[in-house]
Amino acid sequence: MTEPTIDIRVWRGTDQGHFESHRIPARENQTVLDAVTEVQRSHAPDLAYRFACRVGVCGSCAMTVNGRPRWTCRTHVKRVADAGVITVEPLRNLPRIRDLVCDMSDFFEKWGRVGTFEGTESRDARPARIDASSRERRAADAAVQCINCAVCYAACDVVSWDPSYLGPAALNRAWTLANDARAANAKTVRREALGAGGCGSCHSHGACMAACPVGLSPTRSIAGLKRQSLLDLLGGG
Amino acid sequence: MEARLFALQRLTALILVPLVLVHLALILYAIRGGLTAAEILGRTQGSLAWASFYGLFVLAAATHGAVGLRNILVEWARLARPLANRVALTAALVLLLLGVRAVWAVIMGPT
Repeated sequence: MTEPTIDIRVWRGTDQGHFESHRIPARENQTVLDAVTEVQRSHAPDLAYRFACRVGVCGSCAMTVNGRPRWTCRTHVKRVADAGVITVEPLRNLPRIRDLVCDMSDFFEKWGRVGTFEGTESRDARPARIDASSRERRAADAAVQCINCAVCYAACDVVSWDPSYLGPAALNRAWTLANDARAANAKTVRREALGAGGCGSCHSHGACMAACPVGLSPTRSIAGLKRQSLLDLLGGG
Repeated sequence: MEARLFALQRLTALILVPLVLVHLALILYAIRGGLTAAEILGRTQGSLAWASFYGLFVLAAATHGAVGLRNILVEWARLARPLANRVALTAALVLLLLGVRAVWAVIMGPT
């Protein structure tokens, strides 16, 4: 009896390139990352791709799988294979470096612009007392588990239209800071999040929410920022 | 400016919804039994109510359309924001001029 196999097509090259097909053994509970690793180890030792933790924590293995951005380490091949074939490309909306690796600089630069925490206290101060049931804290908690994988950034059409758009991940992060009583820079973050390329550019398509591997809703966070923006204007902010 | 334009876009949308509905209802009402210039002018000439209704309509539509056009220019035509601002502002002024002229004509026009 022949062993079951799957066909995997991986992108080779940068913007110019081609798909390279490989037939690899199908294994029990095989993830897309396992399949890419199998290609790299057995067929194409020079294949460039990124991963670190392999368990859905670090957010570094995101790729486009059969047309949709996904975290490859937690995506089972059998769930996404189309007639026994998976096609793996780098993430959309980011410059390609080589093969499956893209340049994340824009993504992290935007994150840094609205997502950097600055505290109100020194490290010697006693821990702040935060009411976990307050409206602000619950809003921040709902959005805080982001792993920076950029899957939402790749899924977002507005990012593909307007390169200055901050994108779902950075704005989701801004929403957590805007609701964080310990953030000294909440006001600056909010101003940046409401400026050109900020939350006002979001069309509420919800592609980020549909694609987020950890089940967050950047769409809801951005809607919160929009609401805040209107209230700021009414109240003089 | 983005936050203000965002708010302005929502505010003008809120204003436009009832105005458009009244405008459509008026069209259905006005064309029963044929449409004549005399009938239209009879309704509008010297009417402060219709002057304010269509005056506000024109102002809201010119603003709403221009803010929307600006977003389309930025996102779909990939225009830089300063250029998109100028094009959208021009569109707003043209719409406003045409609209105000039309309102003026049916309210203040020769009897």
